[in-house]
Amino acid sequence: MDNPITHAADFFGDGKTESTRLIARSVGNRLLTGLCIALSFAAMIPLASILYLVVKNGSELLDWSIFTQLPPAAGMTGGGFGNAVVGTLVMVGLGLALSAPPAILAAIYICEYAPNGKLSSVTRFTAKLLTGIPSIICGVFAFAAVVLATGEFSAFAGGVALAVLMLPTILLTSEQALLGVQRAYREASYGLGATRFQTIARIVLPEAMPAIMTGVMLAVARAAGETAPLVFTALFSQFWMSSLMGPTASLSVLIYNFSTMPFEYQVKMAWTASLVLVLLVTATNITAQLVFSKKH
Amino acid sequence: MSDLTATPPRPATTSEPAPAVEAPTPRIIISVRNFNFYYGKKQALEDINLDIPEKQVTAFIGPSGCGKTTLLRNFNRMNELIDGVRHSGDITLAGRSLWDPALEVIALRRLVGMVFQKSNPFAKSIYENVVYSLRISGVRDRATLDETVERSLRGAALWDEVKDRLHESALGLSGGQMQRLCIARAIANRPKVLLMDEPCSALDPIATARVEQLISELKKEFTIVIVTHNMQQATRVSDRTAFFYLGQLIEVGDTSKVFTRPAEKRTLDYVTGRFG
Repeated sequence: MDNPITHAADFFGDGKTESTRLIARSVGNRLLTGLCIALSFAAMIPLASILYLVVKNGSELLDWSIFTQLPPAAGMTGGGFGNAVVGTLVMVGLGLALSAPPAILAAIYICEYAPNGKLSSVTRFTAKLLTGIPSIICGVFAFAAVVLATGEFSAFAGGVALAVLMLPTILLTSEQALLGVQRAYREASYGLGATRFQTIARIVLPEAMPAIMTGVMLAVARAAGETAPLVFTALFSQFWMSSLMGPTASLSVLIYNFSTMPFEYQVKMAWTASLVLVLLVTATNITAQLVFSKKH
Repeated sequence: MSDLTATPPRPATTSEPAPAVEAPTPRIIISVRNFNFYYGKKQALEDINLDIPEKQVTAFIGPSGCGKTTLLRNFNRMNELIDGVRHSGDITLAGRSLWDPALEVIALRRLVGMVFQKSNPFAKSIYENVVYSLRISGVRDRATLDETVERSLRGAALWDEVKDRLHESALGLSGGQMQRLCIARAIANRPKVLLMDEPCSALDPIATARVEQLISELKKEFTIVIVTHNMQQATRVSDRTAFFYLGQLIEVGDTSKVFTRPAEKRTLDYVTGRFG
């Protein structure tokens, strides 16, 4: 045959076994590469079909009035869900404000101050456990801790539930981000007489920031889509939000409510709300990438 | 920076007397006395006694794992960033122990600067890399910063190559330029001693020649201790050479003597390439 491998074997007087083995290896290599490519496409099928369905069903009602009007009553048509968009933004923002600072500071402590300390291993272990806790438990916790204590469903309670949900994700991804910063940078800084705080604030954190932000965005994306923590805490509201201490609408609860209604218009609106949610998360994600991945 | 510490001088706490002022030149700037060093249970340095004279280049040579880098990294207490290390004996800088509680480690590292084996510029501009040590001590005066950048980059023989792109990222420089930037960053701090841990091991021969030339310039102002695996480099740049083997200091003396008429057979075998 004209195969270059057998040709080379003939040329150098090598036996048949060696060249057969080489050919088998290169065929196997190609097969596996093909399999990997095929499976990569297969992995995209769920994501692509979800996006396709959401865009197809959701774009019909999508216009500006969706953001400026209140939800229609059951069986009625028209209106929008501006209050749910605001509610989701406020509660996710609140959750982020409550969780990100302590989570990132805890990650700094674990990584930079006491990597082998007892407190560090307890914190790390607790965070890992917490990531495995179903989101509905976060809702029940915030219900008991905030709703029962304050006597009302509120955006604040919703924010607390989302914060509990986001905290471990941000903590663990920040820890990985900090661990990823080269030791050489730290040594250079210490070698120039920097204190630990200066080294962290001026060298380590800026270097780890893009990766920390990726973790934060993962947490935000997940929190924005969560329904379970919000049904017990923020409940829902037909009206615009007036304070942090009253029942508050959110996109995820609106999707949950409307998609199970026997009215075609409400179901369509649930699709539109899904599309808006996806767009919001994507937009925040891209903005964060642009702002924080900006390298020197 | 002429004082070791901010506190008033106290009676020496160690048994080592401060170097006499009228001692023959050059003065001894670093003294190592009966020094042992351990990583956990493993002993890395064994009973080291060594003097480093001021404004000379001292080369540490020896096979990998012989302890030369470990000793170098004790001179500015960088080893303490590693868990589970301990030492006995003492090292003094200008007659005062490095572990004198009144000598803050950040003050020590200002006096004893370091250039690492692998160049490690920060992901910042060339300018910000050089002025990092000034920034962390709170210097904000633009003129001082500008002046330091020019002086340090000139000192590191890098000024002409980068003067038009000071505010571009340091990560865009070539390997040799990065290492000279790290030298500039270290001398911007105006240290008294400059520790160099195989500064040329990742550089090509031309960049190596530039750095070696630079070392000869720098010793007019700084005391330099350099770890090197390159025998020729040790003979080219150093005044004194210390040969380490298996955690012990085998021999130390004038470079010409260590390389031509060493007192120890092991030294001779090593410098002539018979082992290591």
